[in-house]
Amino acid sequence: MGFDQRKDLLGIRDLGRDEIEQILDTAIPMKDILKRNIKKVPVLRGKGVITVFYENSTRTRTSFELAGKYLSADTSNLAVSTSSVQKGETLRDTIKTIEVMGPDILVMRHGMSGAPHYVARNTSMRVINAGDGTNEHPTQALLDMFSIREHKGTLEGLTVTIVGDILHSRVARSNIYGLTKFGCEVRVVGPSTLMPPEIEKLGVKSFCRLEPALAGADVVNVLRLQKERQQAGLFPSLDEYSNLFMIRPEHLRLLADDGIILHPGPMNRGVEISSEIADGPRTLVNEQVTNGVAVRMAVLFLMMGGSRSEIAG
Amino acid sequence: MQLRDKNQIMDSMAMKRALTRIAHEIIEASKGVHGVALVGIRRRGGPLATRLADEIEYIEGQRVPVGILDITLYRDDLTTLANQPMVHRTEVPFDINGKTIVLVDDVIYTGRTVRAGLDALIDLGRPKRIQLAVLIDRGHRELPIKPDFVGKNVPTSLEEVVSVSVTEIDGDDKVVIQELIPEN
Repeated sequence: MGFDQRKDLLGIRDLGRDEIEQILDTAIPMKDILKRNIKKVPVLRGKGVITVFYENSTRTRTSFELAGKYLSADTSNLAVSTSSVQKGETLRDTIKTIEVMGPDILVMRHGMSGAPHYVARNTSMRVINAGDGTNEHPTQALLDMFSIREHKGTLEGLTVTIVGDILHSRVARSNIYGLTKFGCEVRVVGPSTLMPPEIEKLGVKSFCRLEPALAGADVVNVLRLQKERQQAGLFPSLDEYSNLFMIRPEHLRLLADDGIILHPGPMNRGVEISSEIADGPRTLVNEQVTNGVAVRMAVLFLMMGGSRSEIAG
Repeated sequence: MQLRDKNQIMDSMAMKRALTRIAHEIIEASKGVHGVALVGIRRRGGPLATRLADEIEYIEGQRVPVGILDITLYRDDLTTLANQPMVHRTEVPFDINGKTIVLVDDVIYTGRTVRAGLDALIDLGRPKRIQLAVLIDRGHRELPIKPDFVGKNVPTSLEEVVSVSVTEIDGDDKVVIQELIPEN
């Protein structure tokens, strides 16, 4: 089954390798459009895309909005903080209200894992998960895989080290699901209090010290540390965290010769990544943001472009 | 629906002769090839544009730029297609502003592909002039579009399909009329 035959994009876990490749291949010509003077094609003219974010995220929301606009869809944003949700409306009622306004695609972020899955079962709109709780963030993983493939030429057989708060990270989980489908050796490293028990069951190698986890890695994916985790008592201090797990210039020599560094942003400089690395030539943070728009264009196009009367409703 | 070959209307030599003639006509229409560039509509327009450039180079001793246009994102029928076509890259590695662009395709039928091609091209810049070259004009236009250069006019019925093969993609050069056989 091609990805264009799906109603929703809820996670990487249930996507086949062929479907991921279809999205990544489609993102290549989409990226070309971003480089043109006229960044607009008419393919989704007359289609509606609404973003509903129950958690704050300016960059992911903007990325989806621009992706929709570049494909000529009409995009709109429901500001949850000023909406009826604050008056006690249920998620189901909110979604039903949006549905009867007629958008085709609902892009949703929610603090509860599984919320988009619940919504997808209860609406005829196509649902894209833009991050749900600690579960998945599929388009972030897709843009990471696109960025890696663009630089390395392939995903097959690479060693990718994910550094930071693995326990709470939906980016880490989606990346693990995606990269292991391509035969990557995925390593995870972070404080043991921020490492899920039995993480190896997802097919990854876990480390508690940074240096051995970085040895020979082709890609380092540095996660953003949420500072409130420290207040919650999950690690002793930010200083200790940065001493043990911050990526610094001296770590570059441990990587493969052409090793690259990813970060989903926004970065805490001096906490999980040093400024020298953040601004260094091997760090793809800004390119990831551009690739995010291209990948989201590909997802929107594939979900809306073809005939799928057989699964409508 | 299945397709059955009915009649071969062009072989390799006939295709070459048609392209040679079109090349001469392009040169004549522009009084040379200054400012002329060829853009083929993916897929079979691409190799045909390259062959026209070869012919023009043979005649004029000058190579004109060649690009390939992918029009998938400009089609007006995506939601009615059973299978979604793959989007490929548009590769027009030169500035089209102020140039005479000859859009090249294998067959013109309803004119909708060419309309999409015009939209796609205009999003890349502002050519001085756009002309259209096709190997086969089979009629049945649904839009007011008329090619400037035609290899062969082929009257067809709506139950027929014109199938162009090119060596670069299909392994051989030929143009065949096929007919639709309704399934029992």
